[in-house]
Amino acid sequence: MARISASVYSSHIPAIGVAIDQNKTQEPYWAPLFQGFEASREWLKDNPPDVVFLVYNDHATAFSLDIIPTFAIGTAPRFEVADEGWGPRPVPDVVGHPEFASHIAQAVIEDEFDLTIVNHMDVDHGLTVPLSLMCGKVDAWPFQIIPFAVNVVQYPAPLGRRCYRLGQAIRRAVESFDEPLNVQIWGTGGMSHQLQGPRAGLINREFDNAFLDRLIADPEDLAQMPHIEYIREAGSEGIELVMWLIARGAMGDGAGGPAPRVVHRFYHVPASNTALGHLILEDKG
Amino acid sequence: MALDKPYKDVPGTIVFDADQSRRGYWLNQFCTSLMKAENRERFKANERTYLDEWPMTEDQKQAVMDRDLNRCIELGGNIYFLARVGATDGKSFQQMAGSMTGMTEEAYREMMVKGGRSIEGNRYTGEKEQV
Repeated sequence: MARISASVYSSHIPAIGVAIDQNKTQEPYWAPLFQGFEASREWLKDNPPDVVFLVYNDHATAFSLDIIPTFAIGTAPRFEVADEGWGPRPVPDVVGHPEFASHIAQAVIEDEFDLTIVNHMDVDHGLTVPLSLMCGKVDAWPFQIIPFAVNVVQYPAPLGRRCYRLGQAIRRAVESFDEPLNVQIWGTGGMSHQLQGPRAGLINREFDNAFLDRLIADPEDLAQMPHIEYIREAGSEGIELVMWLIARGAMGDGAGGPAPRVVHRFYHVPASNTALGHLILEDKG
Repeated sequence: MALDKPYKDVPGTIVFDADQSRRGYWLNQFCTSLMKAENRERFKANERTYLDEWPMTEDQKQAVMDRDLNRCIELGGNIYFLARVGATDGKSFQQMAGSMTGMTEEAYREMMVKGGRSIEGNRYTGEKEQV
């Protein structure tokens, strides 16, 4: 059967993609941030997944206001890199896993999570920046990817506890797939940031680090946090952090197993307007 | 019974909820059209003419031409959509965000390097005045 071996968490700030694409990673502004991912890239080489289930949000790219799905799973064989207005990032297209993605969709819907199934969509920085951070510059991404887009653009995003439970359902769905795939689940976005209005530039280190502590130690309790607390404490765009709860819910302790092992934890301010958080948890379930 | 909207009481912040989304539908759809290179060219060639192709309000069109992002957001724009206008102008997200704070680009960048805007005094509307 397929199994989830680890979860990875990372912010997906677009300026990081620009820094990578324009070879600025050694500049003083960026170097400390990229140093925080050196151990992660080594870990990924030592622990290569077959498939990454990548939870991210679309930034008004594939989904305009025409259609706003709360949870959308990409079941296509291939996803092109979007032109977000600056031209597409010079990174490889994303190769999906239609059979596995469709299996997960069916299983999760039968488990009461009514996903939107997407057979055609372009993917934006929300998905490609974490890939670049973890893989560096590559000609092809070294694994297949199932894009899973969560609406955090139009309020309300799905509640934290819904996200956590969805993660639990995704784990069950993965484990009911017959092929022996090594699967990682990644949660992206956050941490504290606000991109709009006179309060733009908000950063809350205390909130962010408490979020990381609780995500590791007591995610079920963290999942109860109401939306207003994210918005007030972590900024209007900080609500992206609910997506981390999907990945966390898919760890073994959410299914009655042992807690995951913390492989790596990193926090850095600033990346453009945003606090970057990063965590790797190895499943022990 | 009315919906509870506690996010109305966050200073300097307009949450893009269903009301804002309805208000800003055409403004945001216009922004989306700028994801195509040929539309960016047409918009740059004559902004007014391009905007007139969209059923936006006059206020919305003016706010776009003024690049007044706070006003655009007030009129239903969302930052991820408005970013298409910024991209058309060759602006980064940091430049766009900074433009809404009343700070110079340099001062905003400096604030971020020093750890960003503090949460203290920025949780509730009117909090600063009370302190």
